Amino acid sequence: MEQLVYKRPESIKEDFKIPFCPGCDHGVAVRLVAEVLDELGLREKTIGVASVGCSVCSYDIFNVDIVEAQHGRSMAVATGIKRSKPDKIVFTYQGDGDLASIGIAETIHAMARGEKITTICINNTTYGMTGGQAGPTTLLGQVTTTTVNGRNSETSGFPLKISELLKEIDGVAYVARVSLDSPKSIMNAKKSIKRAFEAQVKGLGTGFVEILSTCPTNWKMTPQQAHERVRGEMSEVFVPGVYKDKVSEAI
Amino acid sequence: MKKEKKLLKGNYAIAQAAIEAGCQSYFAYPITPQSEIAEYMSSAMPENGRAYVAAESEVAAISMVLGAGSTGVKTMTSSSSCAVALMQEGLSFIASDEIPCVLVNVMRAGPGLGYIYASQGDYFQTTKGGGNGDYKIVTYAPSSVQECIDLTYKCFYVSQKYRTPVCLLADGMLAQMMEPAIVGEYPYEEIDQTSWALDGAKNRKPRFIASLDPDQESLRKRVVKLFEKYKKILDEENMFEKYEIEGAKLVVTAFGSIARIVKAAVKKARKNGLNVGLFRPIMLNPFPEKIVAEIAQKVDGILDIELNCGQMLQDIKSSLAGVKNIPVEFFGRPAGKMMTVDEIYEQIEHTYKKIVEKKYGTACI
Repeated sequence: MEQLVYKRPESIKEDFKIPFCPGCDHGVAVRLVAEVLDELGLREKTIGVASVGCSVCSYDIFNVDIVEAQHGRSMAVATGIKRSKPDKIVFTYQGDGDLASIGIAETIHAMARGEKITTICINNTTYGMTGGQAGPTTLLGQVTTTTVNGRNSETSGFPLKISELLKEIDGVAYVARVSLDSPKSIMNAKKSIKRAFEAQVKGLGTGFVEILSTCPTNWKMTPQQAHERVRGEMSEVFVPGVYKDKVSEAI
Repeated sequence: MKKEKKLLKGNYAIAQAAIEAGCQSYFAYPITPQSEIAEYMSSAMPENGRAYVAAESEVAAISMVLGAGSTGVKTMTSSSSCAVALMQEGLSFIASDEIPCVLVNVMRAGPGLGYIYASQGDYFQTTKGGGNGDYKIVTYAPSSVQECIDLTYKCFYVSQKYRTPVCLLADGMLAQMMEPAIVGEYPYEEIDQTSWALDGAKNRKPRFIASLDPDQESLRKRVVKLFEKYKKILDEENMFEKYEIEGAKLVVTAFGSIARIVKAAVKKARKNGLNVGLFRPIMLNPFPEKIVAEIAQKVDGILDIELNCGQMLQDIKSSLAGVKNIPVEFFGRPAGKMMTVDEIYEQIEHTYKKIVEKKYGTACI
């Protein structure tokens, strides 16, 4: 008897070639988003927004309509789409540099307006695409190409805790921080991503998921070491959990 | 009601025309002297079942326009000078993406914050682009409240027909003055956008809109295609006004608000026996170089008048490559006091004596 073990989600392109570095969590993250779009039956009415960074490859991956935003502007671009076509499902897929540094104003104000969009943020504590510079989420002491002696708060400030910041905004319906370091956390991440899309489907407000993600290339670690780091020092500063959930209340 | 001639302020005329044109979403951040457009749209858009969003910045406003335009709807933002400067990155993306949209720039005097006086200091910003890369923003410049309406229609039509950002370049004088005008029906055919617009990949392959183009040849072709499009737009959608050009010895060039004052001065010059005409380009970008060159063949000289330090002047001059011995004089004022008809007349008379009559020997007496 044949048993289906693995199937490409409909929301992932058939000719999809992984553009990411070996061991990078982006691959798992995009699959989870695609599975959720499939399971909620949203693929054919979804418009995605690709941001600048490693996530720019979104249009080579997701089997949905996609528009590329300028660096940091994804949530404003998503606002323009959603307000013009309120019956569509709109999501952004952004890195932490794009969302929390250059795009923090667009992020906060889209959420303050309660835009009915879903936002997935990959937090890997560095600028991956440009070769591993310090970003808004770089941990204290973390060595990057622009903090060669480790991030020092005196000169480079502190890592921004995105989920804690955004949960305070009234227009946000769902905020969770998840990781992808074990099968259990992957299952958990998928639940949160689903909730973030349900927030939009039910018209409750913005749905947001911050995914603690690995960047083995720029961290100069093996994938295993990178996941250890997520479980260890990253999760100590960026504590995983559901920070806000108006969706479960509504169901 | 709408077809009656009414006393209308320029800003409201633009806003009403946008509604009449079928603008589906409007995004803006306030800035004088055009905030009345946003004020009007904040009520009129929802009343018509359309979207108004108070953007958190002009950077966000143009990004919202990018997103809205990618779905194929008619979409618009309006702003002014130093704030349009903030939109330049987005405009570069929109041009490369071939997304239709309308930008209204009600110019104020710069540089920097400058002030809200009528000025034409953003001719360069609009026609030469502040954004990166090879692209153009198609630009129309009204010189009356009626033209604010008619050209807003034109901007929507051209943007949708050629899938390109189009700018209505007005100024504080046009935006704030009132004169009789008719907000007529949108006169253009609707252009179907369904072959490319994003609306969810139902029963078709997904589409993507992006400016990123890592393939050298593909990127080259993309830019070449844009410039072929601009050439077509100039051929098919050019607009200008020629006044008393036939047989003129001196042609005055001017655009936008100042052109109507120039026209009054040209009329006075004609009355006083000076053989003067006016050429007013309405489409500023792409610039009608051929027409300027043709006019220049038949005259002794050109006097360019602008509310700046000589910006369109550069395009007038570059149009004249190959036209022999044509003197080009300039009279400009960057900000503040609007030129009067008499002041302009004096300049015309002075230039006429210098260029035309000297040539025929009558000025030596």
